[in-house]
Amino acid sequence: MSIFLTKDSKVIVQGMTGSEGTKHTTRMLASGTNIVGGVNPRKAGQSQDFDGKSVPVFGTVSDAVKETGANVSVIFVPPKFTKDAVLEAVEAEVPLVVVITEGVPVHDTAAFFAAAQASGKTRIIGPNCPGIITPGSSNAGIIPADIAGQGRIGLVSKSGTLTYQMMYELRDFGFSTAIGIGGDPIIGTTHIDALQAFQDDPDTDAIVMIGEIGGDAEERAAAFIKENVTKPVVGYVAGFTAPEGKTMGHAGAIVSGSSGTAAAKQEALEAVGVKVGKTPTETANLMREIMQGLNK
Amino acid sequence: MDLMEFQAKTVFAKHGVRTTVGAVVTTPEEARAAAEKIGGRVVVKAQVKTGGRGKAGGVKLASNPDEAEEKAREILGLDIKGHVVKILNIVPAAAIGEEYYFSFLIDRANRNYLCIASAAGGMEIEEVAHTNPDAVAQISIDPATGVDEAKAREIAVAAKYPADVIDAVVPEIVKLYDVFIAEDASLVEVNPLVKLEDGNVEALDGKVTLDENADFRHPEHAEFEDVSAADPLEAAAKAKGLNYVKLDGSVGIIGNGAGLVMSTLDVVAYAGEQFDGVKPANFLDIGGGASAEVMANGLEIIISDPQVESVFVNVFGGITACDAVANGIVQAFELLSSRGEHVAKPLVVRLDGNNAEEGRRILDEAGLAGLERVDTMDGAAKRAAELAAK
Repeated sequence: MSIFLTKDSKVIVQGMTGSEGTKHTTRMLASGTNIVGGVNPRKAGQSQDFDGKSVPVFGTVSDAVKETGANVSVIFVPPKFTKDAVLEAVEAEVPLVVVITEGVPVHDTAAFFAAAQASGKTRIIGPNCPGIITPGSSNAGIIPADIAGQGRIGLVSKSGTLTYQMMYELRDFGFSTAIGIGGDPIIGTTHIDALQAFQDDPDTDAIVMIGEIGGDAEERAAAFIKENVTKPVVGYVAGFTAPEGKTMGHAGAIVSGSSGTAAAKQEALEAVGVKVGKTPTETANLMREIMQGLNK
Repeated sequence: MDLMEFQAKTVFAKHGVRTTVGAVVTTPEEARAAAEKIGGRVVVKAQVKTGGRGKAGGVKLASNPDEAEEKAREILGLDIKGHVVKILNIVPAAAIGEEYYFSFLIDRANRNYLCIASAAGGMEIEEVAHTNPDAVAQISIDPATGVDEAKAREIAVAAKYPADVIDAVVPEIVKLYDVFIAEDASLVEVNPLVKLEDGNVEALDGKVTLDENADFRHPEHAEFEDVSAADPLEAAAKAKGLNYVKLDGSVGIIGNGAGLVMSTLDVVAYAGEQFDGVKPANFLDIGGGASAEVMANGLEIIISDPQVESVFVNVFGGITACDAVANGIVQAFELLSSRGEHVAKPLVVRLDGNNAEEGRRILDEAGLAGLERVDTMDGAAKRAAELAAK
């Protein structure tokens, strides 16, 4: 088992024929993902070759779903076209839509998230995220599949590179699922959504949660953990030294005023019994101790 | 991007929101001329992208042009929370009845929009929200339906705006929502929204944050960019397309990925506690690619910072392989020497992840002067801090 993504997931790629889409579709296929199609209205009916595997291109998401039974879409289209691409997937009732694209206007995200909520059929991950990987089964996004294998740790993170770093640190244990939710002001899947899913997943024993400055998602996650999560959770928060009012690459990583600081997040997590590491390595070591304790 | 007050009011006016943009000046003489032109009493207002201007002495009433010049002289050059006043907004002193608070913003928690409105404006709204939360209405907005006249009326009533201003305030709320959506703003705040003696309401001040991700559909927003306020190193980095933020410490930082770089700053500051409290000198995310040119441009910016004593290059090879990054570093040294510069500051490099062994071998073989390889993030941070403290 795993969360959101399994070996049975049938994946289509919106923006597959573009350069990023092509590059990452190749990688996803190489890591065993069942990619059943791409979407590009101008190339409908054609197919694209990926190291000997031919993948059909459909004109619309709806056609792709009808023909292939796809239940996951990964989106690589440029920011300008992301809103329409996601809305198309929501209309086609694709259950899981992973939006990799960085730089999506927040009002566009608000619009497609509202549409997904209204339909009740689609979970969105992202935008501006590395995607989700269930090692050994499927990989929807850009997380390198060779960092770590299958295991029993669940990982949820706002940051892409910190996801990779943490997977690498804990590669001796492996992961049930690792999910990068992105750090934009509005995201489709939150820490809380992932925590709930990991709590319910019989193949996840413990959870690593990586947060960063901005907003109060970590504080809300802490409150959720207190009430709903019985599995051990280890946390890491980036951004202790980030100056107030400056944006550091992520739209979400803005500190304004006292709430949203790394210190406030750490405090909130520790108050509900989550061990928080000072560095990614220390965090990994905290998880290592927990896993060793569980395996005794 | 945060807008200054006069810019925010300009945007308001574009969408028909009642406001007075007034005159924008940069010298006391211009302030006098503007006051003469406006006639009567004027308010001289510092234009800085921070709150609390009034308390800091950045907003002053002047009863005549002489006084306007005098007040302008006092305010120009004032340091308000690290922002030096270079621009003033001169507006006629309005006959104000009551002051209200109003804003639209992105609601991260509920993943939609939020309107915050209160009949208690003008003063510290956060204080009011704290001591008397019932006086501050928070109304959730569904992005799919937005704010029409009926919704605006609901907001005005929830805010407890007086009955006699509701009819005047409703159209202003609809227009402010138009600003929020049409301009791709993540914040539109009016504090105070004032009731004038004639019964109309006007945005006396404005705070707008524009979403830079939406710049592609707003070429006109480029004019709002305040290039003069940017740190010269930040401006140079931006010109080269680098994601760089200047900080106050002495350990220069280069890394890939915003989260990892942010974490690197923390780990360096943490390690620095053992070495006279040395701190990171900057944030610099060179992104996934980490080509030689980007690495060279990044190194160039960092070594040109006189505060930098050592440099920490922290790369985790995810999609990018470490051998490519190592080659990038080697070529960056060559590129810099071809530009007549060289890396005189000690450099600590940590490469891990995808093809790390090969990357490390390339660095060892190149034998670059002043470059040390440390293979763990915590260990490398400690070494970089130690070198900066020496």
